[in-house]
Amino acid sequence: MLRQIEGSRAIAETVALCRPEVVCAYPISPQTHIIEAVGAMVKAGTLAPCEFINVESEFAAMSVAIGASATGARAYTATASQGLLFMMEAVYNAAGLGLPIVMTLANRAIGAPINIWNDHSDAMAVRDSGWIQLFAESNQEAADLHVQAFLLAEELSVPVMVCVDGFILTHAVEGIDLLEQSFVDSFLPPYEPRQVLDTKAPVSIGAMVGPEAFEEVRYLAHLRQLDALERIPEIAQEFFEATGRESGGLVRPYRIEDAEVIVVAMGSVLGTLKDTVDERRNAGELVGVLGVTSFRPFPSEAVRNALANASQVVVLEKAFSIGAGGVLSTDIAIAMHRDETILRTVVAGLGGRAITRRSLEKVLEDASHNQLAPLTFLDLDHEAVDRERARMQATRRSGPSAENLLRDRNTVSQGAKE
Amino acid sequence: MFQVRIHGRGGQGVVTAAEILSVAAFDEGRHAQAFPSFGSERTGAPVVSFCRIDDREIRTHEPVMEPDAVIIQDVTLIHQVDLFSGLSPDGYVLINTSRGFSELGFGNFFNEYRSERLMTCPATDIALEQIGRPFPNAALLGGFAALTGEITLAAIDKAVREHFVGSVGERNAAAAATAFDYVTSKAGEVARASTN
Repeated sequence: MLRQIEGSRAIAETVALCRPEVVCAYPISPQTHIIEAVGAMVKAGTLAPCEFINVESEFAAMSVAIGASATGARAYTATASQGLLFMMEAVYNAAGLGLPIVMTLANRAIGAPINIWNDHSDAMAVRDSGWIQLFAESNQEAADLHVQAFLLAEELSVPVMVCVDGFILTHAVEGIDLLEQSFVDSFLPPYEPRQVLDTKAPVSIGAMVGPEAFEEVRYLAHLRQLDALERIPEIAQEFFEATGRESGGLVRPYRIEDAEVIVVAMGSVLGTLKDTVDERRNAGELVGVLGVTSFRPFPSEAVRNALANASQVVVLEKAFSIGAGGVLSTDIAIAMHRDETILRTVVAGLGGRAITRRSLEKVLEDASHNQLAPLTFLDLDHEAVDRERARMQATRRSGPSAENLLRDRNTVSQGAKE
Repeated sequence: MFQVRIHGRGGQGVVTAAEILSVAAFDEGRHAQAFPSFGSERTGAPVVSFCRIDDREIRTHEPVMEPDAVIIQDVTLIHQVDLFSGLSPDGYVLINTSRGFSELGFGNFFNEYRSERLMTCPATDIALEQIGRPFPNAALLGGFAALTGEITLAAIDKAVREHFVGSVGERNAAAAATAFDYVTSKAGEVARASTN
């Protein structure tokens, strides 16, 4: 049913339709509304049977999810930012053990400096953990992806992370079409575990594995992700046939057929990008967008095909590898393996800085005139950076840069008003 | 697309106002998107929320940079925060105060703007009267409906009653209706003054 509700609420209600049996979480912005709503449904008895476990930390949240999943329960949790880092060891364990936990990651920057706003640093920090990582473009897709995530996770025995832009999506109130229970029940069969802690048929899960088999265990995990590359588009297609909604899949092209410049991005910025592309198209520029929905497994072939005819590819990223450059860009470059295509990286939206259509128009315009630097930081205040560099040059005890920059900005903005 | 920016202070229901407006627009069969400015939530701190209304799917997720209307829930913000950034000369302004627009000390700032679209409304007074508590947001939405015609009072009424249940909903809906009448009659005065 189409309703005007908050993204977090839509995710929570969709998770409930998936009938999770154990939900455990520790509150952290901007994920909190999701878990609060799920908790309220358990307490009210509208989500039953389900055990909601309040834990003392994110590390405990993922550990409880691992334990629950190992006993054959459908397990769900949600986190963000530092919370994800705090559970990092258990995140790797969930994937290493092949337990099909589904987790919502309400994407948020990582401190220090402490920052509660959106970027993709948290998702990037666990990109090699063995979890499948799906990025939602809209709140509709964020809700829908959770059903597909449980199906995918349980079929393949791989945990799935649904990445949803914190605040931008989680706190936005929009028209969202929620699925019916009967549909979810038919789409998502009961969980049939491949391995289960069962006193009637005892096994041990989590054995120490030495050099004699570790590489094989890892390679098997890689093969399961390659299997996911097959299943993700099939599941999206089945979902589309049943609902008419294009949620999920590997990549999502927009106006790329004849595009000379294609911008590649993930998450909610795709909507703003599409509006920008429409405008530039009206001005006669041949530009398009490629959304990457599945970041892990990385759909190299689909990316390569989509970008085959572009003369320039601009990867717009909400994260970067400090001291190196783009993260998604690296995957795109390997997937394309074409020297004749110009590849540019634009880092944008760090720590919640708004990515505006005006700034995106400038990116597309610069790209069309081949004036983008290999690595650009969108809307970076170079003068403020230069002033801090000068302070550091002038005196040894220049103090903490974060605080200096805050002070610098206030001074500048007051000066501008006077 | 019609874009609204709401300025107020933490605790005044700034985020709720945008949400209710979006629900009202949704109920009228339109596409709507409401979202907060994502600050750390502190009572009394300046807060901004946004609402977009359109007849087609809203894909963008940037903050509202060029609002068609600005609603000011707290008049003490007017010399502290850049409230009218990006507002076009055709834009609407609705300020919660018992004073008139010309008494607010804007000087020549609004010379290029259409005077019939610049409005004040004593929403806090109306709220104290109707609700018994100083929450001006429902009243301002009633005033917004009268000022812009972008939404009907009936839709605001329904959305307010959905959000605030029971008698609180009744009283907020009454506050919205009172503000709607206030702005409608004041707009009539402005129109008569400009034709005379």
